[in-house]
Amino acid sequence: MRPLTPRRILATCGLLAAVLFVVVVISLRTGAYPISVREIVLTLFQGARGRKDEVPPEFWLVVFGLRLPRIALGILVGAALSVAGAGFQALLRNPLADPYVLGVSSGAALGAIVSLVAAPHVVGAIQLAAFAGAAATIMAVYFLGRRGGQLDSATLLLAGIVAASFLSAIIIFLITTLNTQDLRGMAYWLMGDLSSPAPTTNISQWLLFLFSVLAVAAGVMYATSSDLNLILTGEEEARHLGVNVRRVKVVVYVAASALTGLAVSVSGAIGYVGLLVPHVMRMMFGTDYRLLIPASAVGGAIAIVAADTLARTVVAPTELPVGAMTALAGAPVFIYLMRRSVR
Amino acid sequence: MNPAAGSSAPMQQRIHAANPEPPARLKVEQVSYAYAATDRSAPEFTLGPVSFQAQPREIVAILGPNASGKSTLLRLLAGLVKPLSGRVEIDGAEASGLHLRTRAQRIALVQQESELLFRLRVWEYVLQGRYPYGRRLRFESPEDCLLAANALSQVAADPLRDRWMHQLSGGEKQRVILARALAQQPALLLLDEPTQHLDIGGKVELLRRLRRLADDNGHSVIVVTHELNLAAEFSDRILLLHGGKCLRVGSPAEVYEPEILETVFGAPLEVEMRPNGRPRAILRGNY
Repeated sequence: MRPLTPRRILATCGLLAAVLFVVVVISLRTGAYPISVREIVLTLFQGARGRKDEVPPEFWLVVFGLRLPRIALGILVGAALSVAGAGFQALLRNPLADPYVLGVSSGAALGAIVSLVAAPHVVGAIQLAAFAGAAATIMAVYFLGRRGGQLDSATLLLAGIVAASFLSAIIIFLITTLNTQDLRGMAYWLMGDLSSPAPTTNISQWLLFLFSVLAVAAGVMYATSSDLNLILTGEEEARHLGVNVRRVKVVVYVAASALTGLAVSVSGAIGYVGLLVPHVMRMMFGTDYRLLIPASAVGGAIAIVAADTLARTVVAPTELPVGAMTALAGAPVFIYLMRRSVR
Repeated sequence: MNPAAGSSAPMQQRIHAANPEPPARLKVEQVSYAYAATDRSAPEFTLGPVSFQAQPREIVAILGPNASGKSTLLRLLAGLVKPLSGRVEIDGAEASGLHLRTRAQRIALVQQESELLFRLRVWEYVLQGRYPYGRRLRFESPEDCLLAANALSQVAADPLRDRWMHQLSGGEKQRVILARALAQQPALLLLDEPTQHLDIGGKVELLRRLRRLADDNGHSVIVVTHELNLAAEFSDRILLLHGGKCLRVGSPAEVYEPEILETVFGAPLEVEMRPNGRPRAILRGNY
């Protein structure tokens, strides 16, 4: 018997964080302007000490002005989507659940676009609208996915796919008729893209806001992790063991919707990360949500930063949307998991 | 010690000792319940009123044909639903009014297992039984591990400890599920048709085990079963349900009357008394 301890969680996440750091450094190094690892580490070190004047200004611009904000967004989006995916998998008791597959990302995207049109300059409005879109979609998919009062795995996935295509059609309709943004940018954003510029000039404050939302939503979900372990074994059994199943489900529902909304509001609908990352983490570290949630957060960050680095190098000097990269890797794995789990 | 043979002697002692009646572990008083399709329509099914008591170390078997209300009664005993009238008390507190985790510390319910979504080790599964005792993120203490290990050895499942749940046979899985319930250290152990998927050897083994657990740990065991003769052999009290009505409560010898059993189960049955004072129901010839 080797029960989970806080120490093992810290050790595992520390290891993953080290991997993330390596990926981040590689990502910082990758790009049109050549900069060595030594220079990157030096710039990061001086930046951490707040000594801007001791670094060549072009290094400062490339690291802190261009590449690091994008990496930070990647970390945010990857963590949010992976934790949301792990949450949806427990909430719906479906190993194939993922914000993208369930249409929740499309719902969040629709919400974000509506807010861009209706209230383009209100800080936080886009996140709130994306959250509302995500929450409404998962609610609809949940009820459409029921069959005879029971949640049915295949029906649920079909409901998600239908919701996703329906919502995408509305989004295309809105973009085409309103014509408020340039179409190519929007199309990229729909595919999932990290290259869109920050809406405000003060990037660090904006990042702080986004990461605070991430921390709160992921923290709230983490607080239910031992309840989720039991719910995964069976809702009825969890109730017998003293879990307030209804309350936990509401909490996870709100937190996972918020995380999806947060991710989509900055990057559009990036697919399959929320599916793939929790699965890989399960294979590596087991199914205990007390470890799975933080491991998925860091793992998701690694996945998105790596995918985005690839996305902006494979066809350089142009860029692919990062969502295209994750779909290329994720769709085959999804098929594999589906064939294995649907008996 | 052979628990099956030894079971009747301590039972006699208990009956004598019970003369100035101790407060019951489980007290069911005039409990009734009804299901209806909608709030306004007439109830489709009514249960009760049912009254009985159970002391520590007692096994009560709930018998009855399908759709006689056995599972509903078990849900009422587990405090999962509130009775329409009457009371279910466990150690003096109303079961359905207990805080969820307090309830899980006192009552364990063993049902048919649900399908697991992800792989889980046997020891992880059994440790889940310690959930009602944990705090915050509920990291398991060494004491939890010890109790889980004890629970596993009480059902003779120590060698299964590191196996995957989905690789266990039906009988092994059932023992592990029972171990998780034991890890809850419940006062009241409820089992819903635990003998269903077992062969005859497995059934006898399970009931012997329940007898021993009741004696050693002091659980009050309530078991819903279809096994007339095993129930007569191993339980201290039988509760006979038919169409939602409680027809009889009492010792096996009191309850097993051929006319009643025939009406309830709709089969030609004879009852013979065995030398140990326990009845046995036999199908009459020419059916």
